Amino acid sequence: MTLLWIPLLSLLGSIISSMSGKLTRNQSTRLTLLMPIIALIMTISLAPTVFSGEVLRETFTWIPLLGIDIAFRLDGLALLFVFMILVIGILVIFYARFYVSSKDSLPKLFTYLMLFMTAMLGIVMSNNVIQLWFFWELTSISSFLLISYWWHKSEAREGAIMALAVTGAGGLALLAGLLLLGNIVGSYSLDVILASKELIQNHSWYEVTLVFILLGAFTKSAQFPFHFWLPHAMAAPTPVSAYLHSATMVKAGVFLLARFYPVLAGTDTWFILVSFTGLTTLLFAAYVALFKHDLKGLLAYSTISHLGLITMLFGLNSELAAVAAIFHIINHATFKASLFMATGIIDHETGTRDMRKINGMWRYMPYTATLAMVAAAAMAGVPLLNGFLSKEMFFAETLHQQLLGSMSWLIPVLATVAGAFAVAYSARFIHDVFFNGEPVNLPKQPKEAPRSMRLPIEILVALCLVVGIIPNFVVDDILSAASQATIGGQVPEYEVALWHGFNLPLLMSGIAVCGGLLLYSQRRFLFQFQASLPSLNAKKLFDKVVLAITTWCQVKVERIENGSLQRYLTLMFVVVLVFAGWPLFEMSQLGGQKELTPIDVFNAMGAALLIIGAISTVIWYSNRVVSLIMLSVVGLMASIAFTRFSAPDLALTQLTVEVVTIILLMLALFFLPQHSPRESSSARILRDLGISGALGIVVASICYALVTRPLDSISEFFLANAKTGGGGTNVVNVILVDFRGFDTLGEICVLGIAALGIYKLLINLPLLMPKSDSKGRPWAKERYPILLASISQSLLPLALLVSFYIFLRGHNLPGGGFIAGLVTAVAFILQYIAHGSNWIAQRLTINYRKIIATGVAIALFTGVGSWFFGKPFMKTWFDYFNIPLIGEIELASALIFDLGVYITVVGSTLMILASLGRLTTNEPKEEVSI
Amino acid sequence: MELLYASCIGVLVFCGVFLILRARTFPVVLGLTMFSYAVNLFLFSAGRLSLNKAAVLGYSSDYADPLPQALVLTAIVIGFAMTAFVVILAIRGRADLGTDHVDGYEVEKQLKVKKTRKAKKAKKVKS
Repeated sequence: MTLLWIPLLSLLGSIISSMSGKLTRNQSTRLTLLMPIIALIMTISLAPTVFSGEVLRETFTWIPLLGIDIAFRLDGLALLFVFMILVIGILVIFYARFYVSSKDSLPKLFTYLMLFMTAMLGIVMSNNVIQLWFFWELTSISSFLLISYWWHKSEAREGAIMALAVTGAGGLALLAGLLLLGNIVGSYSLDVILASKELIQNHSWYEVTLVFILLGAFTKSAQFPFHFWLPHAMAAPTPVSAYLHSATMVKAGVFLLARFYPVLAGTDTWFILVSFTGLTTLLFAAYVALFKHDLKGLLAYSTISHLGLITMLFGLNSELAAVAAIFHIINHATFKASLFMATGIIDHETGTRDMRKINGMWRYMPYTATLAMVAAAAMAGVPLLNGFLSKEMFFAETLHQQLLGSMSWLIPVLATVAGAFAVAYSARFIHDVFFNGEPVNLPKQPKEAPRSMRLPIEILVALCLVVGIIPNFVVDDILSAASQATIGGQVPEYEVALWHGFNLPLLMSGIAVCGGLLLYSQRRFLFQFQASLPSLNAKKLFDKVVLAITTWCQVKVERIENGSLQRYLTLMFVVVLVFAGWPLFEMSQLGGQKELTPIDVFNAMGAALLIIGAISTVIWYSNRVVSLIMLSVVGLMASIAFTRFSAPDLALTQLTVEVVTIILLMLALFFLPQHSPRESSSARILRDLGISGALGIVVASICYALVTRPLDSISEFFLANAKTGGGGTNVVNVILVDFRGFDTLGEICVLGIAALGIYKLLINLPLLMPKSDSKGRPWAKERYPILLASISQSLLPLALLVSFYIFLRGHNLPGGGFIAGLVTAVAFILQYIAHGSNWIAQRLTINYRKIIATGVAIALFTGVGSWFFGKPFMKTWFDYFNIPLIGEIELASALIFDLGVYITVVGSTLMILASLGRLTTNEPKEEVSI
Repeated sequence: MELLYASCIGVLVFCGVFLILRARTFPVVLGLTMFSYAVNLFLFSAGRLSLNKAAVLGYSSDYADPLPQALVLTAIVIGFAMTAFVVILAIRGRADLGTDHVDGYEVEKQLKVKKTRKAKKAKKVKS
């Protein structure tokens, strides 16, 4: 259970912080920090096992038929990321406590941050690729929430939408890639996939799969040309940027590269796609970063550039390069998180992030300045700091490849140029902000930040230094474990050390540092040159593309969906006609082998009445009342048909439903026009007659084909077990409350939902109540005829008794909850008709919503109840009791379930009719509880 | 009799679909109701037509198929709930939109006519 607990604790933290709104800021922070700290302790306790080379696994089967499990896996790579996510997450939460002003909601930020943490932990620990993808999407969604945290700012909203659009699109590509991968291997389990390198790389789908997965990784880690969302995501609060763009969000992309490195890497396609994307991103972003005047803009492009470096290292197809990439992931996370936090302090204390205004901060905040300078030096790759070590490894790797043939020398040269730009923008970060004269027009008087705000930066900068000076003591275990997991085999000999002697990589570092400083000293010319270049605004372009796509979609949608129900239904019926009619033509003979039964007089008469009723309904459809009466004839004949063909339960149900339906439609007619104008053109009528006629013929043919074929039914089972297993002789009722009880539960839920929906629809309904009938005659003064009133009143107890009898006998004889409920409802509706709803409301205050809820709850808990006896959901219990005077009776738990059905049916039916009926009362409105 | 039964269902489908394709809400509701009769009878016939067979255990050894009956029973009740919902939706639609037409364009046209009428009235008042 330990592995599951790591993401679960983080999710729990998210829920806890969402509820901490009433606590003080300090209490809320402490409470939020608790869960990730526990998770961190658990991770540390697991670390020695992972370091020894073991892979921890935990699987819970979920949908075995689809190969989807809830599966977690902790190897070296995952452990490294879990560490980074938790440690930097804890520091960021602590930092955010002091960063976020009292105007903004801290619990909201913490909730999103912890949700994001859960998603990240889920990605790195998944052992099932579909599950991995789920968490991948969760990072997109939670980062959307985080970036739009200051939702009142338009740039925050736009940045969030852009990030969601780009990473979401990448997520879809990733899903396609993972599904392909799963199909190639035949399993979605990461363990299986990682063991099938040969199979995947020799498969004809390899290239397509690779491209899809890389699209996912590149959009997430902001590789060129998908990098443009990242600078706009800087509209988020700085702690969020510190978390998203150092250790998590963008690192998810490179994590994906590392995760699938064992099976996807090693081919030429991989090399060309990955290393060149990485190289382009590295160079391009390092160049752009130098020209950003916004502090966070500089850091954003520097992040893109460093991700390019990591991507390129993975692309080089060398195991040592992969080790270097892992090492740089660690280093980049530490120095970039501290730089973002330092930027946050500067922004917080000066009120701006414009480097043209912020100068000479050394004098105002020496402590923060020192920390930021050390971190920036690590970013530049200055010796004694961690950035230097991984950059050396990077330079060394660029020298050792022969991938471009005779032009391979180009790669180290370009790497050095990118290194020089990295030095230049780091130098700018240090010199422009902390020295370079006096501040210009700052909105605030700068001062040193509080001690607690600097604490997280101190920890991270200390890490930069310690790793930079004594790497072997600090990162050796985790680095070799992570590298082993990435490479998927034996890790080659490598040495992480400060001093390798005078060699070519050192020379390249030296050139990069000198060149970078030179570039920075000539920045005036460079800025001028850059300003003269035509600028390409990525956001405007993005907006244009999005607008073009949405307009195109809208035009297409409007063409199909023009708001006409007639058109939709016509299309639907034609489709049904084609699909249902086609197989009929392929059948050799319509009728089956079953012997036909002869027609008797009663059936012929019934059929004639039914047909006459149906056709009359159509003929007189413009006179709505007449049409409705004709329809009721059809309904009545349908219920007689059920009686005739040995289905007494159905006949009873149909009869009662018929009564309720017709009353309801009568009532509805009161609010609707009394006539339907004949407005269809002759052509339209002809078309509709054609469609409905054809459909009628098709359905009748199918029905004939069906009933003339011998029956091979599964009902033998129900007939055999109804008495012994369900304790009832009315098999239909036993099926409803026992065998298929779960379906019935769903059905009464639907009934309840429909009733609640109607209740909601009728609230605040603007009344269109006619004062007179369609011919201008006023309504009868005698609203409630006395004869009806007195008869119905005396009928009520009798009707209730009948319904109670029907209910009780339902298990063994025709009847049951549905029918009894409808009978009761009809009895009450008669009271409403005879007395009006106010009269009822005075005598009976019933809240029908509560009745429905009670009914569903009773049915549900009867089902749940069998759990307490160690039986499966909805298992019926019954026994026979001998009660004096009454004799032997049978009690079954299904009866209680049927009671739930009964109550729901009564509640729903009455709610529907009473809600509508109440609207017809002209009397002054009283508080009628419905 | 099978032929008669199937023809009845065919007629119900024919009438129901024709009504559903009308342009006003009420005929559509009538059509839906009729269509659901047809569907229920059709589903019921999946158990074949059985005259004078037992529906309850212990009365005869020849039983009518109980499974389609159970399915249709709930279908009838749910069909009622849906009919009720649709008809209330129609009332609400008429109250909010001022028309019981189910053709989207028709609503727009009517609104436009109303607007132009109002504009004309306003002009008359001015002049």
